[in-house]
Amino acid sequence: MPVDIDAAVIANRRLSADYNVLALAAPEIAAAAKPGQFVMIKTSGGQDPLLRRPFSIFEILRDAAGAPAGVSIFNKRVGAGTTLLSRVESGTRLALLGPLGRPFEPVDPPAEAWMVAGGVGLAPFVTLGAALAARGTPTTLFYGARRAEELYCIELFEAMGVSIVLSTEDGSRGVRGRITVPLAGALESRPLGTPVKLYVCGPTPMMRACAQLAHRHGRACDVSLEQVMGCGLGGCYSCVVLARGANGGAPHHTRTCIEGPVFDAQRVVWEAVAGH
Amino acid sequence: MDLSVQIGSLTIANPLIAASGCFGYGVEYADVVDLASLGGVAVKGLFLSEREGHAPPRIVETPSGMLNAIGLQGIGVHRFIAERLPELRERRAVVVVNICGTTLDEYVEVARILSDAEGVHALELNISCPNIKEGGITFGCSLPGTHNVVSAVRKVTSLPVIPKLTPNVTDVASFARAAEEAGADAISLVNTFLAMAIDVHTRRPRLTNIVGGLSGPAIRPIAVRMVYECRRVVKIPIVGMGGIATADDVLEFMIAGANAVQVGTMNFVDPFIWTKLMDGIRDYMTRHGIVRLQDIVGTVDTSTREKAWISS
Repeated sequence: MPVDIDAAVIANRRLSADYNVLALAAPEIAAAAKPGQFVMIKTSGGQDPLLRRPFSIFEILRDAAGAPAGVSIFNKRVGAGTTLLSRVESGTRLALLGPLGRPFEPVDPPAEAWMVAGGVGLAPFVTLGAALAARGTPTTLFYGARRAEELYCIELFEAMGVSIVLSTEDGSRGVRGRITVPLAGALESRPLGTPVKLYVCGPTPMMRACAQLAHRHGRACDVSLEQVMGCGLGGCYSCVVLARGANGGAPHHTRTCIEGPVFDAQRVVWEAVAGH
Repeated sequence: MDLSVQIGSLTIANPLIAASGCFGYGVEYADVVDLASLGGVAVKGLFLSEREGHAPPRIVETPSGMLNAIGLQGIGVHRFIAERLPELRERRAVVVVNICGTTLDEYVEVARILSDAEGVHALELNISCPNIKEGGITFGCSLPGTHNVVSAVRKVTSLPVIPKLTPNVTDVASFARAAEEAGADAISLVNTFLAMAIDVHTRRPRLTNIVGGLSGPAIRPIAVRMVYECRRVVKIPIVGMGGIATADDVLEFMIAGANAVQVGTMNFVDPFIWTKLMDGIRDYMTRHGIVRLQDIVGTVDTSTREKAWISS
């Protein structure tokens, strides 16, 4: 059951001109959140911007005693709302509704988990990585960006014992090219007898490419979709994607807020997905 | 304190109704809102059959508002009765079903089916959706069309009939009068304003449907004026809406002439808005010594103002 919290900003950690991590005091949401769920944040106190913005829960923050105390979000400055969130100062209060959405289902060993992130699509993988680590599932993060400076927060995954494969489009760190390059190589070399599940979040073309690779290699693949969202609760029908039913059937416009954001990649009609 | 409202044969406990298209089928909100505490729940518009609606992007934000072109995606009247109505009944919601049609016969058929279903309390006729080509607004933009669809539905149901009017006409009050003459129990207004937003870099419309309906606080003063205009020409109850965000906004609509209100866009921003609105209304009644909320309806005092030019 989602709650709305008037959450104080604990810290705004700037990562670069465009990226920041915003820590918010929200114990009830932190305690209830599952990997891959999201919150809807009111970015201004007024009516412009009017609507809340959806954000994956990036980290679960804990107090000295280890109790859930808050959540953080991984923010990329794109429009008016994300610009406001890039500038907020500690002590500011923001309305935070959550946790929302269908979470990731972490696999158990001996299956392996491969998390594939593009750019700001890193956001849902800290919570998933932690859940996988808790199960002892061998986990790899494939993480791509345009250049080395845009690869953030890798230390969070190193601390969990996650194996890390990086790529940059300019070759400044890791494999040169998009993250699908090392992912394709890893899928090729992996014996079919070893179960692997892919979890993907990033730009639409990257998710589509990963879904095709997973399909070609017969691997399960979940994607976390980001769409323009009005309410986050299933009321407005804004955030739909064309997706087949969970048990097959003809594709229909499916709400990403309550039936997603996590979908089996094979359900999604990728040609129809908006976004970039 | 009496907050009740009479709409035809239906008495609702308070004037706050969740607006159609902004509250799913009601059940989506059952975890965050006590549905029985609302005056009513106007569910998403229903045709006879399922509809897929428009391709995304379906919404775009604008200053203090939003455009939408959802295209009336919906599960159709039969699935609604089978899959959603039982839970609404169980949660004791006052259910207002928003009904749509591409033809007059479809409105009549949907109305007939819902009249036989247990747990439907009123029918709101969607003759005002700006986002579909066929039916709907073609009735709502013509005086004979409005009269015909209201009187046809009136003949097949004993449920209160509430045509929802479009603001995309020159003189909304004449449509209010046509609805009243055709036997409507109440009218609701306004639906969204036909609008457009363009990405200047790509020179493409921001919505797949090119145009959409503007809602939210941006439209509120226009909606208040239209409720005021309608109140001057009809006796039947008016359900006012358009960007209501606070209890003062509710009261403004009521003083302009609305007997009840609907809240839509701001429910997206704050799904917990309902208790805040209710508390604010009660505070106002206490402060002003009002025992019966309906006593403020249409009480706007224009005696000290220049007589405004009114289109009717």
